[in-house]
Amino acid sequence: MPTRIDASGERIAFTFDGQRVEARSGDTVAAALIAAGIDATRRSALSGMARGPYCMMGICFDCLVAIDGVPNRQACMVEAREGLVVTTQDGAMEALS
Amino acid sequence: MSDVLVVGGGLVGAATTYGLLREGLSVTMLDEGDIAFRASRGNFGLVWVQSKGDGRPEYAQWTRRSADLWPGLQDALGEETGINTHYEKPGGLHFSLSEEDFEKRCALIHRMHNVHGAAHYGAEILDAKQVRELVPGLGPDVVGGTYCKHDGHASPLYLLRALHTAIEKRGGKIVPNASVSAVAPDGNGFRAETAKGTMRGDKLVLAAGLGNRKLGGGVGLDVPVAPEKGQILVTERARPLLPMPTHVVRQTSEGTFMIGDSHEDVGFNLTSTTPTMSMIAARAVKMFPFLKDLRLVRSWAALRVMAPDGYPIYEESAAHPGAFTVNCHSGVTLAAAHALGLAPMIAKGQIGDELSVFTAGRFDANAH
Repeated sequence: MPTRIDASGERIAFTFDGQRVEARSGDTVAAALIAAGIDATRRSALSGMARGPYCMMGICFDCLVAIDGVPNRQACMVEAREGLVVTTQDGAMEALS
Repeated sequence: MSDVLVVGGGLVGAATTYGLLREGLSVTMLDEGDIAFRASRGNFGLVWVQSKGDGRPEYAQWTRRSADLWPGLQDALGEETGINTHYEKPGGLHFSLSEEDFEKRCALIHRMHNVHGAAHYGAEILDAKQVRELVPGLGPDVVGGTYCKHDGHASPLYLLRALHTAIEKRGGKIVPNASVSAVAPDGNGFRAETAKGTMRGDKLVLAAGLGNRKLGGGVGLDVPVAPEKGQILVTERARPLLPMPTHVVRQTSEGTFMIGDSHEDVGFNLTSTTPTMSMIAARAVKMFPFLKDLRLVRSWAALRVMAPDGYPIYEESAAHPGAFTVNCHSGVTLAAAHALGLAPMIAKGQIGDELSVFTAGRFDANAH
């Protein structure tokens, strides 16, 4: 389980699938989720299998989540902010809703 | 020494090689490597019949024949390799965004009906209401379209992988990183000078895409192909929405939307440019406004292999019989015809009469 090497920074919080997640100011959403012990953040669009953050640098697209209702956001590329509503990206999004 | 030496491991070379192996010949296929232009990797993936061959009925018939052979190719490759090429044949749609364009399109369809007969062509004209019954999410600018039941689409990458795997399973020899600098007659056969040494075959097939232009002269073939750049955009995955491909937008079986169809004469330039990306994105959004909310995850440019009139070039060298060249810009559409139609002709040593109009002699103004 990953641990923080630097616990300083302002404490903020957002929700992931309704669960409160504590973060530090400057965390990415993916970093905050991993620090909170959450490593499954989406289900594959093809197989339905669990997936989670991997590259942490915007390349692998494995950390996709829905943030404030917008699907397929890269959690590793979005800075955590107080009050974000983050949810599991459950398979592929709807193109035409 | 193989029965046949094939220069080029893209869709054209691999389909031909696979077909030759099916005829019981031994084949060595030379692939240049990732320094090549790799048109097969950049292909949009349509298996497209409608509107192809206006003014050249033999091309319409050859394209239709490939579409008819495609289900058999898909099944054979699946059985032999376990790889699904994701070929589907739900028919395809071409949209018009103005009344003027729609009129031109209708005239084209009527003209092709008259040349080929409805049974052999099979494209239908659909009004604004009818196209909306076939696909969801169309924008108000779509005034009508044409539907052809013979159209479909496949994954170019899975097709290429399936062909390469099937070639190896049938005992064909694939030599990678074997860039060919020259080909020449050699005794009763032919040789190719490659980065991996000299290779020989009783017969020779030049399927090197744009490389054929330089190589052809070595065996008395004039192959006047030139690059035409096309750019493609790919969106993030979404749940299945489009039940069939269209001429500029298709949803893959894995959920991405591929958006394409630009045509630029810019030489051997593979740069993706923003104005072209904007143009094809804007046109696609006019057809399907929902696309504006999807993020793009990839884009690329590739070079079509174009003869001056856009039709294939199939030819056996008159000076050096046994040396053939195969050229086209529709490596996916024509894959089945190349594997199951053309390759048996090459195996027999003669390109059939139905393809006689596709020699490069048609470009020679002094020929008549």
